[in-house]
Amino acid sequence: MTAARTLLRSWLPPVVAAVVIFGGWEAVLAALRPDGFVLPPPSEIGSAVAENFDAIVTATGVTGFIIVTGLLAGVAVGAAFALLVTASRAANETLTPLAVAVNAVPIIALAPIFNAWFGLLSPRSNQAVVVVLVFFPIFINTARGLTQVEPSQIELMESYGAGRWRIMREVRIPNAMPFFFTALKLATSLAVIAAIVAEYFGGRQDALGNLITNSAGLTRYDDAWAAVLAGSLVGIGLYALAVLAERLVMPWYFTARRSA
Amino acid sequence: MSDAGPDMNDDMSDTGAVDGVQPPAVEIRGASKIFNPGRHNEVKALEDIDLHIDQGDFVTLIGPSGCGKSTLLRLIAALVDASDGTVLVNGKTADAARLDRDYSMVFQRAGLFDWRNVSRNIELPLELMGWKAADRRRRSAEMLELVKLTEFARHHPAELSGGMQQRIAIARAMSFHPQLLLMDEPFGALDEMTREHMQNELLRIWSETQITVVFVTHSIPEAVFLSTKVAVMSPRPGRIAAVIDNGLGPRTDATRDDPAFFSNVTAVRDALRGGH
Repeated sequence: MTAARTLLRSWLPPVVAAVVIFGGWEAVLAALRPDGFVLPPPSEIGSAVAENFDAIVTATGVTGFIIVTGLLAGVAVGAAFALLVTASRAANETLTPLAVAVNAVPIIALAPIFNAWFGLLSPRSNQAVVVVLVFFPIFINTARGLTQVEPSQIELMESYGAGRWRIMREVRIPNAMPFFFTALKLATSLAVIAAIVAEYFGGRQDALGNLITNSAGLTRYDDAWAAVLAGSLVGIGLYALAVLAERLVMPWYFTARRSA
Repeated sequence: MSDAGPDMNDDMSDTGAVDGVQPPAVEIRGASKIFNPGRHNEVKALEDIDLHIDQGDFVTLIGPSGCGKSTLLRLIAALVDASDGTVLVNGKTADAARLDRDYSMVFQRAGLFDWRNVSRNIELPLELMGWKAADRRRRSAEMLELVKLTEFARHHPAELSGGMQQRIAIARAMSFHPQLLLMDEPFGALDEMTREHMQNELLRIWSETQITVVFVTHSIPEAVFLSTKVAVMSPRPGRIAAVIDNGLGPRTDATRDDPAFFSNVTAVRDALRGGH
């Protein structure tokens, strides 16, 4: 009973919001009846999904693979750089300016150049864009979490004769976890954007990005919206997974927040 | 490992003693500390420090802000190296004593790890020393009993008040039965009521365990209430201006109203004002 009520309390507001937004959208368009390609009503997007279901599922699979692999690689490289930079002054002095310089490059603008590197139809170039875009927020946030440690906690560990690696494991890495997960949640939506925009310039022809540009080129805007919807669902799914991982990896953080 | 309580000092007697003669807990001779020597931001923090602390003593270091009392504590802990002079702990160099885990530190901020529950916070030093899980568990339970917080073993630090967190920090510091406890304004962030309660608790633990305590504070009544000796420091560069014997006998809450208490408070205040 109480569990059901709690469930209702947490699910009801977003469901109501969705019904109001989509219902209002549908109603306004039905009343004004503008040309369909400006903004199709949700019902038409829904039927476009049904009509092109197989193509959309395939495209979501292709793009989803690029998003997930690019995200994982970008997170791994970003976290590894953060660890290196924290562990070694030499690494900090060489890698941090490099990372900042790479971040200053408008990375999406590199997509056509990556196509030349990896081949116009290769998904590698799209993955590369995702990796580079995801890397920086993960790197900078994790590095901050690894270094922003209470000084007395480091002194405490040193007083126990703990070495640098032990301090890294017992203090710095747990301390960096909230920073890392904040960046990870940010990175999920960045990865979706990066993959789809990169696909506008090349990569596999059966991916979401191409589905969107092709449909829009043929003024099939309901199909384009259907593909955008699929991309959004991937983004929401990845975000939810990141939230779940956060809860599983650092339950203590939420205990602390609850009682603070 | 022994039971909790009176025989806690079992494994305290086996270090440093040669032929039954215990070296002093701390012996500092002619120590000085200069930060950033030769640079524009050079700071002479400590000058010509001589300090002798016997086993079982409770010594407070008191002085105005910036007099180097925390630096002096870190010299004993080998967290800061002396620029000159010698610092011996239990007859060994301070760094050897650190690596032998002769001492333990308590800071102004409890510095508990949010990602460990209370019991596992207390176990931290034992984990670093490679103790088995069952032994760690048992010792942690004994320590929780010592600081009277047994029922909070599985709580997380953020769920405890400031005073309780500091008691856990003391339990963590005492977990491996160090011979020497170094405390850097441990009650400085607590309200007055909690502070007096913590002082009573610390004295109880001190008398139950026979541990040597070096305690940094800038509160005169706190120094006089707690310690057997008060080392009064002068402003920068820090020197020991006077060491005042503070034999008030066993403390109770009545001690705080005792004329002898007030006369020692006055003696410490005069030493702080006059110095040399």
